[in-house]
Amino acid sequence: MGVVTETLLSYDDVLAQFDPALGLEVHVELNTATKMFCGCPTEFGAEPNTQTCPTCLGLPGSMPVVNAKAVEAAIRIGLALNCEIASWCRFARKNYFYPDMPKNFQTSQYDEPIAFNGSMDVEVDGETYRVGIERAHMEEDTGKSTHIGTSGRIHGADYSLVDYNRAGIPLIEIVTKPVLGTGAKAPEVARAYVAQLRDLLLGLGVSDVRMEQGSLRCDVNLSLAPRGADELGTRTETKNVNSLRSVERATRYEMQRHAAILAGGSTILQETRHWHEDTGITTSGREKSDADDYRYFPEPDLVPVAPSREWVEQLRVELPEPPHERRARLQALWGFSDLEMRDTVGAGALGLVEETIAAGASPQAARKWWLGELARRANEAEVELPQVGVSPADVARVQALVDEGTLNDKLARQVLDGLLAGEGTPDEIVAARGLAIVSDEGALSAAVDNAIAAAPDVAAKIRDGKVAAAGALIGAVMKEMRGQADANRVRELILERLT
Amino acid sequence: MPESPEHTITREEVAHLADLARIDLTDTELDHLAPQLSVILESIASIQGVAGDDVPPTSHALPLTNVFRDDVERPCLTAEEALSGAPEVEQQRFKVPHILGDEQ
Amino acid sequence: MTGEGAAGPARSVRATAADLSAALDEGRTTSVEVTRAHLDRIAEVDGDVHAFLHVDAEGALIAAAESDERRAAGRTWSALDGIPIAVKDVMATRGLPTTCGSHILEGWVPPYDATVVARLRGAGLPILGKTNMDEFAMGSSTEHSAFGPTHNPWDLTRIPGGSGGGSAAAVAAYEAPLAIGTDTGGSIRQPGAVTGTVGVKPTYGGVSRYGLVALANSLDQAGPVTRTVLDAALLHEVIGGHDPLDSTSIEQQLPALVDAARRGADGDLTGVRIGVVRELGGEGYQTGVLARFEESVELMTKAGAEVVEVSCPHFVHALATYYLILPAEASSNLARFDAMRYGLRVTPGGDPSAEDVMRATREAGFGDEVKRRIILGTYALSSGYYDAYYGQAQKVRTLVTRDFEAAFEQADVLVSPTAPTTAFKIGEKVDDPLAMYLNDLATIPANLSGVPGISIPSGLADEDGLPAGVQILAPAMADDRVYRVGAAMEALLVQEWGGRLLDEAPELTSRGGSPLASSGTEWES
Repeated sequence: MGVVTETLLSYDDVLAQFDPALGLEVHVELNTATKMFCGCPTEFGAEPNTQTCPTCLGLPGSMPVVNAKAVEAAIRIGLALNCEIASWCRFARKNYFYPDMPKNFQTSQYDEPIAFNGSMDVEVDGETYRVGIERAHMEEDTGKSTHIGTSGRIHGADYSLVDYNRAGIPLIEIVTKPVLGTGAKAPEVARAYVAQLRDLLLGLGVSDVRMEQGSLRCDVNLSLAPRGADELGTRTETKNVNSLRSVERATRYEMQRHAAILAGGSTILQETRHWHEDTGITTSGREKSDADDYRYFPEPDLVPVAPSREWVEQLRVELPEPPHERRARLQALWGFSDLEMRDTVGAGALGLVEETIAAGASPQAARKWWLGELARRANEAEVELPQVGVSPADVARVQALVDEGTLNDKLARQVLDGLLAGEGTPDEIVAARGLAIVSDEGALSAAVDNAIAAAPDVAAKIRDGKVAAAGALIGAVMKEMRGQADANRVRELILERLT
Repeated sequence: MPESPEHTITREEVAHLADLARIDLTDTELDHLAPQLSVILESIASIQGVAGDDVPPTSHALPLTNVFRDDVERPCLTAEEALSGAPEVEQQRFKVPHILGDEQ
Repeated sequence: MTGEGAAGPARSVRATAADLSAALDEGRTTSVEVTRAHLDRIAEVDGDVHAFLHVDAEGALIAAAESDERRAAGRTWSALDGIPIAVKDVMATRGLPTTCGSHILEGWVPPYDATVVARLRGAGLPILGKTNMDEFAMGSSTEHSAFGPTHNPWDLTRIPGGSGGGSAAAVAAYEAPLAIGTDTGGSIRQPGAVTGTVGVKPTYGGVSRYGLVALANSLDQAGPVTRTVLDAALLHEVIGGHDPLDSTSIEQQLPALVDAARRGADGDLTGVRIGVVRELGGEGYQTGVLARFEESVELMTKAGAEVVEVSCPHFVHALATYYLILPAEASSNLARFDAMRYGLRVTPGGDPSAEDVMRATREAGFGDEVKRRIILGTYALSSGYYDAYYGQAQKVRTLVTRDFEAAFEQADVLVSPTAPTTAFKIGEKVDDPLAMYLNDLATIPANLSGVPGISIPSGLADEDGLPAGVQILAPAMADDRVYRVGAAMEALLVQEWGGRLLDEAPELTSRGGSPLASSGTEWES
């Protein structure tokens, strides 16, 4: 079993001595209506074992039939990743026993993937890294086990309960070639690759790409080699890296762990490791062994897939705009600076900002919300920005309320609190919480008069031309109005009286 | 990768294969199976060298390709039907003993 | 020929499906009457034959009553509406136990129907029950059934062939007029030969495999088990045709099979080129089997056929090829029997893990032959051996197919003895797997290449008086040819013998209780 505390080398020392080689394996659940090989629905969150049939339960005698939409999605992903598309390929059986796999083999692809030899350019801090794509292949997901026992984890569980609703959902596995030459930026490149891949998949509309629901899952392969060495070092495969933050953190952790072992004169064990988001460490899974003899052979129940060149070309023509072109176009359209654009992309907020603008907000307002207040809240909640719990439409509406003078910034933040608490639409929250700015001039004038009367010295300064002193009076008025006043109007009223 | 495997299977190999195939063979079975499988293997090993490199393999009896179905839902089994054969059920799930291996 | 006295089976159970169909149409009997007669026959003789693993009297009679109602209302569903049938226990049947002859599936009741079963139900055939078989169809004698062997109705001390010995014996013993079998290396044709019945392995992809518990997916094919060629054609037309649930199912329409069988029944083979396969005969074949085969070929010549000898040199490697491909596919197919979702669960002592339970269950639930083939298949697929074994076998498969293609340029159909021997004694070969495997010598090439084949009775071997069969093979999708030539040969032989071969079979003595008396209805039309 894994050692819980590992010795780590400082990051600077790692880089002084070693070159990292990254490899990323991403599993994407497609958002087809039905499973890869049967007509069961794929919706997330259904009651256990209500979305199964003889085929995805692996009942004796059942047979698979390939979902055309999944093949189409696989080809489109391959094309978007600049891959070659196989003119003829087969499914294969990957044989291993596991209780969440109904047939005890996974129908996958082996040496004949549908897409291969592609690339994606990843940008980090203004520098571009080309990530080679080894292959993208089609396969099926497994069922989901819940481990019952005090630990709640697989180890030490008393027994497990299996739900096969997920079994057979189409997966595309996208495997990179070893990514070299990233040096200190390896963790950021890893994160940026996954973030950019997510945007690309979202743009293709082939997956929900929700990491927290498992519709995009990432394994990080990492090895270190002494600086300048020709050969790659022994790699570990870290599983369960299921957020963008984790991709970066797990990569960094493994670099430091490997380096400490290598620097101490030991060797790296080729093994699977598990990432623990809560503690920020990896632990040992299992060693690679001949138990990994998967005995692949062509799936005899399925016939070969031979996409016609016409079909492939048609799908190529219909591809959406590639992400880098899209970024250039949006930057020009929105008038963002390079820095603003890079921050927006880096935060994974491009689509959110775009949707917020489409819902009526100005580009700068949309950017400000997503990269400011909402990014802060996502960070606090340790979730990705899209999962922060506020929709682009809500953000646009909140901004509209600010623009029309119903809300000020402080009140707007209270509306966000309401949205996050699930209290309804922005307008409902404004009404229910009574958040609108008071526009009753009578009440406001009375408050201004009270403030002037209460602070004759401040009033005197203003009369003497020190307009900046008005701030203290504005604060007092806002306090009396419980924040529900338009500060600009308060300022006007004060200055009307004293100048 | 051996070019031309020996056409015998040792007791240890049978034990390893049984492990891969998840069968708890008894000692008696292991004793019995190794020589028996060697005899069978000896006779079927005759096909080695029969087909040259230029012969394409046949994985399917008929040359069909591109058999797909539309992405359209079909009725599922009810949970009751799905679980009808289960040795043990809990919380509408298949109850299985604790799992040793790692998730793949 | 045997008479029709009280000692013989009731006449309705001796009738062919075609005759029963006519009798139903003409109102001379009812489906309930026919179904009950077969259930009675099962009750009478199956204690000795053991063709059935499960009999569904209630379900069959309900289906029969419904058929009679349809017929009364003039709305029958097919030519075989109301005619009862037995189904090999390898086919999933909703609500009816399906064991594949294995302890590991004991008690499993599928929540779905195989497509073949759904088509039988949709055509109105009452299902009498499920027939015995070698465990997961691995065997040529039905001795590898976990539930005890089936006995050959010709001689109860002998095997009925396998794996589908139950279906063949049920038909031979008049327990069912029709049965469904499956043929991976000869499991329909070889039992047909050794029980004096007719068995057809259709073109691969011609009959849906959905719901057929796979032995070797690229070889398996379901087909008819009957007493006449015409009955086989009638049944084939009910179960055949494209199925969207089976990706390997052929989309083209089947040729007209019943027509072909009816055309062939005139016994005229003028202009038909018959190829005798040199490699499927001679050494290893029983003298009496070869003698009957040669006579059959002579009869065909007399009937106008042009007989040529063809050579298929790679057929000598077919057996080895088969015993690499089959275990490989089977080892993977049978992995799902792991005690997690259905079937047997054996829980060893202590605090067993899921893995422990899998190992213990598979050890206890699988028989020797199944374990043997799983280990062999696991070996053949292992990294390091794949190319030498499985990969090589797939290549030889290509060569076997090329042999067929060349042979079918010289001949319209190919013929050979179906099985090298007549039925052997139960227990004789059960511990000698290689000897057992040789039973499929002549039938395997058709499975490797997916071509259709039929076995029809060719007579009784002189040395033991037991039935032998002749096999007729045609190119893929030319199933009509095996029916045409098969029906012609059958007509010629029946004419020669003055009756059907099965009429020569000894009466099965009843274990008490008299057989159902016939109502005096004339069955033969």
